[in-house]
Amino acid sequence: MVKSSNDKSLYGQIRMEKVFKRTLIGIAIFLIVLTVGFFITLVQQSMPSIKALGFSFLFGKIWDPVSDIYGAYPFLLGTLLTSFLALAISIPFSFSIAIFLGEYAPKGWLSEILKNIVELIAAVPSVIYGFWGLFVLVPIVRSFETSIGVLPYGIGIFTSSLILAIMIIPYAASLGREMIRMVPSSLKEGAYSLGATRFEVIKTVILPYTKSGLFAGVLLSLGRALAETMAVTMVIGNSSAIPTSIFAPGNTMASVIANEFTEAASTVYLSSLIELGLFLFVVTVIINLIGKTIIKRFTNE
Amino acid sequence: MKFLNKIKSAAPAIMMATAALTTTATAFAQDDNSILGAGSSFVNPLFSKIFSVYNAQTGIQVNYQSIGSGGGILQLTNKTVDFGDSDAPLSADQASKMSADVLHIPMCSGAVVITYNLPGCSANLNFTPSVLADIFLGKITTWSDPRIAAINKGVSIPAFPIIIAHRSDGSGTTNIFTNYLSDISPEWSTKVGKGGSVNWPVGLGGKGNAGVAGLIQQTPGALGYVELDYATQNKMPISKIQNKKGNYITPTVASTVAAGNINLPADSKIFIVNTDAADGYPIAGFTWALIYKEQSYNGRSAAKAEKVVKLLWWNIHQGQQYCAALNYAPLSAAALKVAEAILKSATYNGKAIL
Repeated sequence: MVKSSNDKSLYGQIRMEKVFKRTLIGIAIFLIVLTVGFFITLVQQSMPSIKALGFSFLFGKIWDPVSDIYGAYPFLLGTLLTSFLALAISIPFSFSIAIFLGEYAPKGWLSEILKNIVELIAAVPSVIYGFWGLFVLVPIVRSFETSIGVLPYGIGIFTSSLILAIMIIPYAASLGREMIRMVPSSLKEGAYSLGATRFEVIKTVILPYTKSGLFAGVLLSLGRALAETMAVTMVIGNSSAIPTSIFAPGNTMASVIANEFTEAASTVYLSSLIELGLFLFVVTVIINLIGKTIIKRFTNE
Repeated sequence: MKFLNKIKSAAPAIMMATAALTTTATAFAQDDNSILGAGSSFVNPLFSKIFSVYNAQTGIQVNYQSIGSGGGILQLTNKTVDFGDSDAPLSADQASKMSADVLHIPMCSGAVVITYNLPGCSANLNFTPSVLADIFLGKITTWSDPRIAAINKGVSIPAFPIIIAHRSDGSGTTNIFTNYLSDISPEWSTKVGKGGSVNWPVGLGGKGNAGVAGLIQQTPGALGYVELDYATQNKMPISKIQNKKGNYITPTVASTVAAGNINLPADSKIFIVNTDAADGYPIAGFTWALIYKEQSYNGRSAAKAEKVVKLLWWNIHQGQQYCAALNYAPLSAAALKVAEAILKSATYNGKAIL
């Protein structure tokens, strides 16, 4: 009696394991199918525009819905400019926070507050950044522009990059902090015992040990910056012209789609917007692949 | 192609999840006491008002989704709504996708206002068509330009650079304004053209009336265009525009009605910009309800068809009294006559409904 009931529960256990494993596999495959599905749908819906415009879509400099001419180049430029500028602005901040929280103050009230605030930055909805940018940052940038003698738009590539920089700080900072805390203390203690100062430990032990992790955080930040729509749309100026300087208005691929999708009446127009989405998808994938390769290089050393 | 349409009609859903929920919930409910409409967001405040009055009077529930003219047209193309509403007549491309003839019934008209932000200058400035066109073409770049001073004698205008604010999203407002610019300026017509979104030679884009108004209000020297109601509500300065007859006209409900009191074509598909009327404001346009001329499709009942047509009939008669309070211009006598005739041409199985 006892034996058979044990057998039953054992079989049940094995069945459970199998079901659990299959569920995991199923969900994993579903995600793959979903991503491939995204890609296929985008390609399929882009066909009218690909047929009508061909490669001129990628490098065309004019976006003119009236005469059905669509060139994505100004928006590609806008997306890359704002994202990389934002990254350049944010890296000093996110790395400083990571090092401070990971090495100097891993515990204590100050580090708790800072840690929570950094996490909060990531949780604030982007439309709020947009509003804040429009009403606080834009006037500041405008008076700055007046003082250096460029046309005082206030909004434009530069303002968008500033907003983006704030928004993406948490990604690199949080991941960086985790990485730095994971550096084995034996390594650090070894360096200290050889007479290294704290700065030297950071420079020669912690940063080299964590560089692939830090870079992965930067990559996450970049991904967020490339895809951000709402906040950028509100402060970039939404101009289809090629930006002449970083203070000029511009547009990103994501914000063009958000702006023009609802009223895109003609077939080619709508399809061009979808192709723009496809283009953004491809650009993001390429940048991610490059990033992954760099991370691999780091870790192999 | 059909799939594309589906995706397109899902677009507003992505933006407004709540609206989407009502769409799917109601689109399948064949409730004969409700009428579904979708389209122009410009006319939405008026429709909300008059449909709630209509509901109180008749018990008929009108569910209007303010998803933009393009979305409304697509929903009508896909036959998921009883009527659409658009701020522009159907383009040839759009009309060719419809399975049958579509009637355009003017509902009301609206004015597009030129507004600006000039610190220290509270006057309502004058603009001539050519000055306006050259500003938007980027040829007049500063407020101290002698051509602006010449038409605003006695007003001291601070010497800011002109920063143009325009809509970044496709919109009926832009359509009316670019139709106007194309009408008065051959250069604009060839260089830029007209449409719901165009390739602006200069300026900044803001999303929606609110976005444009926001840009103008916080940028000294900014100039842009918004709907009359928006400018009035936000107490923004309103420019007077010289019309075809040479008069400087302040945009008001009355001058917008006057703009539409002209000889209209029988199908009403005309932009009433640059009107011939001496007291008419030149930058105005209709918004049209769109229905299939033949109302018997998709197994619709005769009663349903009658309800839709009667609703629109009510809109252009009793409904008109609610226009002025919301800064919409009611139909002029001439426009009403045309609208009546168009609505009377609607049929069910070939027989007139009204």
